[in-house]
Amino acid sequence: MKPAVTRGRRWRVVVFVLAGIYFLVPLLSAAEFSLRIPGSGYGFANYLAIATDPELLSSLLVSLQIAIFTAVVTLVLVVPTAVWVRLRFPSIAGLLESATILPIVVPPVVMAAGIAFVQANLGGPVFRALFASSVTALTPFYVVLALPFAYRAVDNGLAAIPLRTLVEAARNLGAGMPSTLLRVVLPAIRTAVLGAAFLTLALVLGEIVIARILLYTDTFPVAVVEVGRSAAGVSVALSLASLLLAWVLLLAVSFAGGARKRSSA
Amino acid sequence: MTSLLDAPAAPPEDARPVRAARSWTAVLGLVPFLGYMLLFLGGPLYFVISGALSTPEGLPTFDNVIASITQPQFQAAFGSSVMISALTAVIGAVFGAFLAQAVITSAPESPLRRIVSTASGVLAYFGGVPLAFAFIAALGQTGLATAVLRGVGVDLYATGFRIDSLTGLALTYIYFQIPLMVILITPALEGLQPQWREAAENLGASSWAYWRHVALPALLPALGGATLVLFGNAFAAYATALALTSGSIPLVPTAIASALSGNVIANQQNVGLALGFDMVIVIAIVMVGYLWLQRRASRWAPR
Repeated sequence: MKPAVTRGRRWRVVVFVLAGIYFLVPLLSAAEFSLRIPGSGYGFANYLAIATDPELLSSLLVSLQIAIFTAVVTLVLVVPTAVWVRLRFPSIAGLLESATILPIVVPPVVMAAGIAFVQANLGGPVFRALFASSVTALTPFYVVLALPFAYRAVDNGLAAIPLRTLVEAARNLGAGMPSTLLRVVLPAIRTAVLGAAFLTLALVLGEIVIARILLYTDTFPVAVVEVGRSAAGVSVALSLASLLLAWVLLLAVSFAGGARKRSSA
Repeated sequence: MTSLLDAPAAPPEDARPVRAARSWTAVLGLVPFLGYMLLFLGGPLYFVISGALSTPEGLPTFDNVIASITQPQFQAAFGSSVMISALTAVIGAVFGAFLAQAVITSAPESPLRRIVSTASGVLAYFGGVPLAFAFIAALGQTGLATAVLRGVGVDLYATGFRIDSLTGLALTYIYFQIPLMVILITPALEGLQPQWREAAENLGASSWAYWRHVALPALLPALGGATLVLFGNAFAAYATALALTSGSIPLVPTAIASALSGNVIANQQNVGLALGFDMVIVIAIVMVGYLWLQRRASRWAPR
């Protein structure tokens, strides 16, 4: 048995080393590139552009607004549905699971094409209000893009708690369904909910296809790509910073969830 | 965070209320979710399909679809889109499966596990913009990796490599394909029952024989399904190409975007929609294959 075990360890080391090289080299190169100052060594000038360039700063505020609205709408759709499926409709879980794969494979460019058609050809107060600003126009569609992982995250969170018992206890004590969801279920799955929210943030900070095609160019990722035409260092710095921010937030949630599990066990 | 990124739902804790499941009130609870999907995902798809099948004046026609699959520049775009998607799906699936297995067999509460699973989530869903910039910084003409390789005597650019080529794009795609594979395949790998290995070992099987005759056949549908999703993911991806090349590589999304923003020859708008319609067909075929494999995969799910 012993040789098999050491061989097992050896292939794992090989896999981790290869993965480490492949995944770290581009990130480290980006970090090095973003710290270059033309002609004078290294410094943080590229990162400070976010504070000194008013256009970048306002685009960041727009995108954060979109991220918050997207996360809220997504969770309002997903949490009650996932709870409902687990409690009342378990037979449909598989079907819903497959439906949530759809937004991963439906090309954003195709979604954008359809939306652009509506934008160009259909009028009326509803559509005018919808397409009035990037926040109102992009949020509903970013929610669709966010549904797959938000659903999985929340559903996995629900799988880890005694959902039926909690809900029945709350109902027996006289709570209505809305207050059961808000005051019992939501706190119990808070790490999953936070994780879903931060993945939504990652999505909003990375989405350029729909925004570009619909000509909502005041969002952060579009502005970052745009600024790259004149200052490559700034785009590299800001896109790297947004990636790391999303990752650090997720990692923090992960460790917080782990700590909680250990302390309650 | 493993709980966040483990893909499929765990089996419901209680399948007792069969009667409730059939009642209409149970269906009503799904209306908001499904209605939203129908409106904001189905809506755009409907207009793509109806626009693809009509003239700018709104009369029905197949001309757009025929143009979208017969014109040579669109055929070239489909060729390179399919090629890069298939290539990066297979490479991503193989490496992703190994990485997932390596992570699963490490200590369950180790930081490594959290790092890999959270990083997978971010990289798989962030879209490609930071990745495009990172690869330019690494392997562009003045990139760090390019410089280091040149230092040890390997001149990438002398061999004809360019970061804004199909090869460079594929290298970047793999960066989000591997994490997506880790997310998709981890639950299936965790579903392999330790009893199967013990049984195989008691019957004298080597580790290789266990994988070859027990684990791999059981995993095959899940591996195939995940590879198909990876194919669809790469086929749909556009952000990376947009940031990396600003349109110099002929891919289907590039063709759609330029037809839509059309400095327009008449009909071009509808041909763009027809290209979108073709993509939807490809994706639909991929999804049917995925669902079929998913059913077969669930045969081995622990009960």
